Amino acid sequence: MEFTSGEIADGIAVVRPTGRLNMVSAGRLRELITSTVAGGRSRVVVDLTGVEFIDSSGLGALISGLKTARQAGGDLRIAAPNEQVSLVLRLTNMDRVLPVYASAETAYGNG
Amino acid sequence: MPAAILSREHAEGDSAARGFRGVDVVQERVSVHRADPEVTTRLAVLRLIVVATVVLGLNYMVWRWFFSLNWGAWWIALPLVAAETYSLIDVSLFGLTMWRARPRPRPPVAPAGLTVDVFITTYNEPVDLVIETATAARAIRYPHRTWILDDGDRPEMSEAATSLGVGYITRGADWLDRPLHAKAGNLNNALLATDGEFLLILDADQVPLPQILDETLGYFGDESVALVQTPQIFGNVTPGDPLGSQAGLFYGPIQQGKDGWNAAFFCGSNALLRREALMQLGIAGYVAEVERAVLTALRGARRVLAKAARSAPRDNDVVLGALAEVASAVETARLEVAALKPLSSVTYALQRRIEEISRGMVAIDIHLLARDLDALREMGGDDEVEWDVLMDMESTVETLASRELSPLGAFESVQTLLRSIDVDRAEEAQPLMPLATISVTEDMATSMRLHDMGWRSVYHSGLLAVGLAPEDLGTMLKQRLRWAQGTMQVFLKENPLRQRGMTIAQRLMYFSTMWSYLSGFAALIYFAAPIVFLCFGILPVNTTAWEFFLRFVPFMALNQLLFVFAGRGIPTWRGQQYSLALFPVWIRATVSAAANVYFKRPLGFVVTPKTRQEGGPNWRLITPQVCVAVALVIAAVIGTTRLVLGVGEPIGTAVNLGWVVFDLIVLSVLVPAVLYRGFQPKEVSG
Repeated sequence: MEFTSGEIADGIAVVRPTGRLNMVSAGRLRELITSTVAGGRSRVVVDLTGVEFIDSSGLGALISGLKTARQAGGDLRIAAPNEQVSLVLRLTNMDRVLPVYASAETAYGNG
Repeated sequence: MPAAILSREHAEGDSAARGFRGVDVVQERVSVHRADPEVTTRLAVLRLIVVATVVLGLNYMVWRWFFSLNWGAWWIALPLVAAETYSLIDVSLFGLTMWRARPRPRPPVAPAGLTVDVFITTYNEPVDLVIETATAARAIRYPHRTWILDDGDRPEMSEAATSLGVGYITRGADWLDRPLHAKAGNLNNALLATDGEFLLILDADQVPLPQILDETLGYFGDESVALVQTPQIFGNVTPGDPLGSQAGLFYGPIQQGKDGWNAAFFCGSNALLRREALMQLGIAGYVAEVERAVLTALRGARRVLAKAARSAPRDNDVVLGALAEVASAVETARLEVAALKPLSSVTYALQRRIEEISRGMVAIDIHLLARDLDALREMGGDDEVEWDVLMDMESTVETLASRELSPLGAFESVQTLLRSIDVDRAEEAQPLMPLATISVTEDMATSMRLHDMGWRSVYHSGLLAVGLAPEDLGTMLKQRLRWAQGTMQVFLKENPLRQRGMTIAQRLMYFSTMWSYLSGFAALIYFAAPIVFLCFGILPVNTTAWEFFLRFVPFMALNQLLFVFAGRGIPTWRGQQYSLALFPVWIRATVSAAANVYFKRPLGFVVTPKTRQEGGPNWRLITPQVCVAVALVIAAVIGTTRLVLGVGEPIGTAVNLGWVVFDLIVLSVLVPAVLYRGFQPKEVSG
């Protein structure tokens, strides 16, 4: 699993994992979000375009990231999941908590 | 059942292997039914005994309720018949458990390449003891990583782990000032610090054998298996087992019987768990908990806001306006939640809106303060203050103070409540709590939730770890109290009978264990009834001796036969004795668990010490039982005297004297237990 991260606009950070977001890679995603928020960017988008597969540990990392961002006064949003990821979000009822945005760029609206 | 669907989902990317594994699963389940003929015959006889016991029991109980109840002495007759009914339900549930009690066939060989984390949980056990377990854990043959989970956060434990070359995990800063959740919290913390597919959980004093993983990982070839529990056997128990530590009936026929109904319990140690299953529990728990918390807080906020609006001064439009704005924001949020808008979006928007209103409030507040101060300064400048003006000033100050206290104070409490309407579970150290934290015995609650999600469990009866049992009565009593309290907490918080994800049989398997802890109340009545008869000649049963024996003796005989046959040579009598003799423990556990669940009273929870407590025999630990024994003996003397004087009725006296003897034999189990000086290993000569 690879991670890239960057900034979209006015302090909104984007994290792009690629590959399988599972128990092996979940810890690294968690750390990446923590360091991003600690670096002063508490509004985070996780762009799931490149994620082929997610398991419960991967979801756990997203929830941990959400908590980190919220406690810093920001938010964590997810964008562009594939079918398997969407299915897991539905089956676990995670879609009750986290809305899915079409793309990282639109996750925080246009501004 | 999301669990099964999800786990199939997880085999994704390897469809050939998935299909293959699917076939394996089917074959394995078929082979359970192809057991050898001896086992099948045995089970058939056992089922016959179960049916006969229940039928004879019903025959006896129907007669007791409808044909022999002495209503003239209802105050003892009703409790006694209730206690007997309790016991019949208890033995029926035991019979249901035994219905499918058979050993499992050997599991498939453990496939290579699985990742396993071995967790050794410790709180205050001696470092040497933990290191002995860790050394054995490191020597487990199947490739794995070993971790010591030290809730005591001891530097010397950390050093010892490092020098042994095993991992060391302790709670991080997130756990400061938040609930620790004892062992469940310790494991939940470690779950997020590791990444193995499977976890082997060991108590600090459970020394694993090298083959523990080779013999158990094969079960997980069935992708719906979340848990493999192995027995807890103790190496420091003298022959005769005075403290009743070896739970041979439980870690044998009972767990096998529960396993037959896919309800083998997680018992906290010597068990393997599938990480994916636990994390699913964590996710499901997070979603449910967040939803519940947000809904509750939104409802609460409405109430608090309405109260604040009532107490606000009628003439202050600013405060009233702000409160109305907040109320409208809360109402919007509530409607959005009801319309199933994602909670994260709703709460984020609400938080932003509240911030906006707060900023507006602070600005207005400062403005009002300045205006009031101006007014005060004008009045203070006048030297000849008239009486009515002074009154006015007092009332101005009063108004100012109350303005500070009442509407804004209320607003701030509203704000605090509103801030808690969030999806971050700020009150917990981590948003995910895969191991259940609703009970001091996290194990049973966790496996019940796994079963409720559709996961399967396995009981593997082979010995794979050797543990240490308590070596004195005091420690043993604390341990039993904790188990009973934890079980009753689960019963009162998540009644298994109401868990819709489980089959009826699975629910009854959990209920059965909880039901058995109510035996303390029944025991009390079984001790009281003969005392009442022998002292006052009051018989709760309205019958002739012949009629009574005709119905009671066959039931009692089959009851005992069931235990003997189900036990397969395992001694079960000591267990039966303890289940009655420890009545004060069970009663205390039930009462304290109810007080805890309904009135939030602390349990007085204690960690079971693994080392022996010093000092001589402590009879005070069993004061209630000693009192009962003395009362029984006195009652026997009185009853005999009444008989000799011609007051007592001969057959009733004989039956009740027999009953007293039985009760005293039951209680006698405690004498060697009090006197027990701990395990003395035999010296090896030459």
